[in-house]
Order: sequence, then C-alpha cells, then structure tokens
Amino acid sequence: MKYMLMMSATKEGFDWFSKWPKEDLRANFAFMQAFDKELKDAGVLVAAEGLAWPDQAVIVRAAKDGTPITDGVFPETKEFLAGYWIVDVDSPEEAYRIAARASLAPAPAGTPQTMPIEVRQVMSGPPEELL
Amino acid sequence: MSIEHLLRKWTPQVLGTVVRRFRDFAAAEDAVQEASLAAALQWPREGIPDNPRAWLTQVAMRRMADHTRSESARRRRESEAAHQAAQEAAYTAESTAIETAPQQDDTLVLLFMCCHPALTPSSAIALTLRAVGGLTTAEIASAFLVPEATMAQRISRAKQTIKTSGVPFRLPTTQERAQRLRAVLHVLYLIFNEGYTSSSGPQLQRTELSNEAIRLARIVHRLLPDDGDVAGLLALMLLTDARRGARTAPDGELIPLTKQDRTLWGQEEIREGVALISATLSKGSIGPYQLQAAIAAIHDEAARPEDTDWPQILALYELLKRMSDNPMVMLNHAVAAAMVHGPTAGLDLLHALDQDGRLKDHHRLDAVRAHLLELAGDHQAAITHYKIAAGRTASLPERNYLMTQAARLRDLQMEPRP
Repeated sequence: MKYMLMMSATKEGFDWFSKWPKEDLRANFAFMQAFDKELKDAGVLVAAEGLAWPDQAVIVRAAKDGTPITDGVFPETKEFLAGYWIVDVDSPEEAYRIAARASLAPAPAGTPQTMPIEVRQVMSGPPEELL
Repeated sequence: MSIEHLLRKWTPQVLGTVVRRFRDFAAAEDAVQEASLAAALQWPREGIPDNPRAWLTQVAMRRMADHTRSESARRRRESEAAHQAAQEAAYTAESTAIETAPQQDDTLVLLFMCCHPALTPSSAIALTLRAVGGLTTAEIASAFLVPEATMAQRISRAKQTIKTSGVPFRLPTTQERAQRLRAVLHVLYLIFNEGYTSSSGPQLQRTELSNEAIRLARIVHRLLPDDGDVAGLLALMLLTDARRGARTAPDGELIPLTKQDRTLWGQEEIREGVALISATLSKGSIGPYQLQAAIAAIHDEAARPEDTDWPQILALYELLKRMSDNPMVMLNHAVAAAMVHGPTAGLDLLHALDQDGRLKDHHRLDAVRAHLLELAGDHQAAITHYKIAAGRTASLPERNYLMTQAARLRDLQMEPRP
C-alpha cells in the first residue's frame, strides 16, 4: 500500500527557515539527503519531491472563456506544501514509522524539534469483490 | 513457445542448478537474471538455441565464475592468508556435500526460499516473481507501479535477508513443511489478488500478475498433486479469474457479482476449476482454500444471480468460520446469512463483528452494512454507511462505486412517492 507523507508550512514558516544559521541548514540538508537514500535503499521509495517556495504560488481558475485567471493573495495562516514522499509499504504502521523519522529533521536549537508530517493513503489499493 | 515463455519456464531450473553449484543464492539469482537478459537480446537476432536451458545455464555459470573470481580477489586483498585458507577449506567441504546430496526439485526449493517467513510480504512477492517466475525487475516494478530502482533494492534486500537468516538450499524438514507451504501458498494468493483486483485502464499490465500466480500455482500443483491445499488454491484462482472479464465496465467502473454479464465468464476456467475442486473435496481434503474454491464454484455455476445456491454457500461459510478465525470470513458469512434468512439476520451477525473490533474502521464492514440496510429498506442508514465506506476505502474504483450507491439512494428519496 502506498502512502504520501507531506511537509507543509505557512509563509511565516518558510521565512523562518530561510533565516536559519548555516550549520543548522547544512544539518537539515544532510538529513534530507540521507533520509531519501535510506528510503531508496529500503526499497520503499516511490517518489519524493520538494516544491518551489510559495512566493510564486498562484491559484488558477478558468474564466468564462476557459483562459486562466491567477490569484496570488493568500491569508497569512494558509499552509503550503513544501515537499512530499510517496512510499510503498506493507502496513500503515510502517508509513507512520517513516513519517516519524522525517519528523526528526534537525532544526535550530531552542525551536520545536519535531516537524508535523501529514500521512495520507494513496488510492492504489485493490477493490474487493462486490456482491 | 515464445522467448519470454521459454525464459520464464527455465528460470527456476537454471537458477537451481547454479545455486547448487555455487552455494550463493543472491549472486546466482543475479547471474541468472543477467543470462535471461542476454537471451532476450540475442535470441531474437540469432535464433533460439537447440537447448535453451543449457545455453542459459552456461551463460549464468560464466557470470558466476566471473563474480566468484572478483569476490575472491577482493577477499584476498582484504583478509589474511590463513583466513582465506580456512574459507577455501570450508567451501570445498560444502561443495562435496552438494555433490552427494540427493537431487530435489529446485522449483519447489526456490519457492520455499523466496517465501521464507523472515521476509515481509512485499519482499517475498517481488523475489518470487523474479527468482521463480522469471520476470525482470523492470516488469515487476511496472506491475506494482514503483520505480525500477526501488524494486531492485527491494529484491536485493530480500536476498540479503535470506543470506543472513542462513536458510539452507533444501526442502524444509517434515516438521516445518506444512507451515512453510502455507507461507508459499499465501504469497501466491497475494500475487493473484494484486492482479485480479485491478483489471482496467492504466493498470492493465497488472492482470499479468494473476496469470503469473495461476502459472506458479499450476507448477506447485504438478509437483505436489496430492496436496489438497495446493489444489484448492489453484481451483480458487481459476474460479475467481473466470469472472474477470465481467467484473469491470470498459470505463473501469466496478460491476458487482449480481449485475455481471455472466456470458462473459470464462467457461473453460470454470470447468477446470470445478473439476479440480470436486476431485479434491471428494478425497476428503477440506481446508480454507478448498472451501473458498467451493463457494466460488457455486457462484460460477449459477446461470443467473437468483439461481445461486445460497443455503449451500452459507453452510460452507459456517464450516470456514469454524476453521479459521478470520473477521473477513465472519463478514462474508453475514452476507450469506442475509441471502438465506433475510437482511435482518445478516445485520444481527454484523453486531458480533462490531464487538470483535478487528474490522473497526475497515470499509468492507460499512459497505456490507450499507448493502444489508438497503435490502432491509432503511435507505437513510444505508446512505450513511455507503458514505462512511467511501471515506475509508483505498481503491478509487471502489470509492466511485460506493459514492454512486449513496447517490442512487438519495435520488430514490427525492422521487415523489406514488
């Protein structure tokens, strides 16, 4: 079964991240690289992507003629997806264990040391026999 | 026979020979895979050799020899001469043992190895498909919709696990045999289900998995013709697979058993499955696979849904319930009871499942409850449970189906009463 593990943050969170000291950033980058490799080596990684920061994020809707109308004004509290992993595992518990590992990505001293990871099942399960 | 079929046919035998000669399952498996890839490239151009098995064995042996040479060169660099000498002495002793060991059927030995209880289900499945089924890593990866590199890693880890667990390359002892065979059959069943339950759209290649599971079950049945569980599993696969063509609409929509066009069912598979399960049951061999196959046979033999012999299905589920403590069996038993004694009887049995707790949050419990509530005429409650089930399933076609059921009942409520 496949699960998507998502990291999200508000714009404020992204601003805070961009102000981390050099050593903390390095530790975080190294962790993420090692973590991806760990998932690859374990034979569970389906996909992992980081997304561009929300500065350029837009919401698109179609106008009456179908052309795109973009909107880039978001409330301060809105959470943006920062990146995700998709893993293929044997149980939800295994997905939670992997998410807990991701949650331990290092952050500067004196700040929350665990990051929330949203875990969602990917709709890839087999349907049952229906009567 | 196509090249692909030849390769798949000879893979386990060639692998068995190479493992016996070199005593290194992981490396031998790689060597055989390389030999198969070489054959897939060369044979179409140069023609199929007179003796494909000998060709494959020779190429795999050569790869193995190269591998062993580079390994021992590495070891020489790394370790003391004394240590090396000790290892060589051990190796010689071991190879003498192989030569004198009685010949066993390698396919079966390989299956037991690939379905070793130390492996997780997904690793055992991947390794079985490659080492016994002769599929390439790329094919397995595409069937499970994961990147090839991930699948390669999963297979290599599985082989590592087998190596460290120190499983000898031989059939399990009499004491552990029954339990190990159950593990093998379970892996084949999982492979079958993975393919059977996804038969449309972009997942078309996955139906290959159920064909492969049936092929492997046939091989095991040929090797162990007197084993009732093996025959039962093969019959169950055939009798279930027979309905595949009727199970989904061309657009991928799921069609429940009662609404399927039964003329689309595979009559040949049904005949074969029924003959197999009848012969097995008449020998007095009754296990969970045999009973499930018998139930599938009853469904398959009904020309119309209303011809289904539900009392007999109910009796078989009662037997099955006594045999295995499985909440899914309890659930299916409740459905059969509803078909025989009315929806209320079925709903009453679901209460036991609520108490049991193992299916808590499982969409199937809500889907069945919704269906029985609908049969009982309580549309409002049925809508509620169809919706809960839709929120819990991890299958997209199934969610679409459940949402449609809820919507259909809402439409009925909207219609003015006559």
